[in-house]
Amino acid sequence: MRSLIDILELSTQEIDELIATANDIIEHPEAYREKCRYKKLATLFFEPSTRTRLSFEAAMYELGGQVLGFSEAQSSSAAKGESVADTVRTVSCYADIIAMRHPKEGAPLVASMAASVPVINAGDGGHNHPTQTLTDLLTITREKGRLNNLSVGFCGDLKFGRTVHSLITALSRYEGIKIVLISPDELKLPSYVKKDVLKKKGITYVQTRDLEAVMPELDILYMTRVQKERFFNEEDYLRLKDMYILTPDKLHNAKSDLSIMHPLPRVNEIHTSIDADPRACYFRQALCGKYIRMALILKLLEIE
Amino acid sequence: MNIDSIQNGVVIDHIKAGKSMEIYNLLQLYNLDCPVALITNAHSGKMGAKDIIKIDSENLDIDLDVIGLIDPNATVNIIRHGQLVEKKALTLPLELRDVLKCKNPRCITSVEQDLSHVFRLTDKQSGTYRCLYCEAKAERRN
Ligand SMILES: [Zn+2]
Repeated sequence: MRSLIDILELSTQEIDELIATANDIIEHPEAYREKCRYKKLATLFFEPSTRTRLSFEAAMYELGGQVLGFSEAQSSSAAKGESVADTVRTVSCYADIIAMRHPKEGAPLVASMAASVPVINAGDGGHNHPTQTLTDLLTITREKGRLNNLSVGFCGDLKFGRTVHSLITALSRYEGIKIVLISPDELKLPSYVKKDVLKKKGITYVQTRDLEAVMPELDILYMTRVQKERFFNEEDYLRLKDMYILTPDKLHNAKSDLSIMHPLPRVNEIHTSIDADPRACYFRQALCGKYIRMALILKLLEIE
Repeated sequence: MNIDSIQNGVVIDHIKAGKSMEIYNLLQLYNLDCPVALITNAHSGKMGAKDIIKIDSENLDIDLDVIGLIDPNATVNIIRHGQLVEKKALTLPLELRDVLKCKNPRCITSVEQDLSHVFRLTDKQSGTYRCLYCEAKAERRN
């Protein structure tokens, strides 16, 4: 029995297999409609994340399975002081697989050590969020047909964005990846990610504040939201949040097959007039999130 | 107990002056029921001043490797019948269970008191330990 807590627990071969399954589901959805019949997914969300929870629930329903769970800590046993381990031991009696989101880092790992069913980390604070990374990898594969030889730009909050850190880590295992880091000085990629991932793996990277200058070389532009809750003062937030607003004019020198990604929800960092541009793939990305979760549920439940 | 020499036990020598109390606490030597001597600021030709810990016990069951966390240059001598029988090399243990505490306020260990604090050696060269749960670096003591 396996769980998924950190994206690096999956080999690149396993990621390829998950992507292949997801692609097959997209092509033949009817073949998967009964795969999880009589199976139950428990979504244990100790902090709200409607988007991620709905994606997991939709995934399980489309596999013919059922869903139970809670969507915030107040309505859970944690409010009564129950430990994560006790909660999942109990839930293991009711469900075949667990998707857990928790504000504390490492909580899903604790859960996986106590549960008798597979646990999927659906986000633990600012730490890991492997299904987001899998979503991104499936999206890139579908948009670009490959995960190697790509120039990938990350723009916005690269300091606190765990989505960014973990996608960079995942991409660093493929050949010919160039990473372009675009952010204000205050929100630069932390030095430990540069040291432990980029330098260690010998990945080419550049760091800049100027999005338009690097635009022509990008195959993928991954936009991120500057999160208000990361800032101590309103002033800094307001100053930094509007530094990179992607508008159609900024794409004038972009490649014709650029893929614009965003983990969503967006605030204003991508202007809505870009949504109609075929290069905007963030809504297709959200759809990928459902399919890759379907593939993951099948893998962890060992359903062929 | 004769401070100068012990018959059976362990002598932790060449401890950086002032560090012996930390080792005493880390190894929880206060839990032993045998004589333990802490010598601080002893004269050392090489180091100027050093600390020494002598533990007078025939069958000692403690993980001496964790000494390397505090002072990797300390030496560990095993004494039997008054003779030095082994100079133990300190190798950092791969896992530390309830030796160090995770200080990351966002870590699950900060809210669940019953969880063991577990650290894994993630980089042998630099001796970096990371929390099993949140991957925060352990704060080194030296
Ligand atoms: Zn921790």
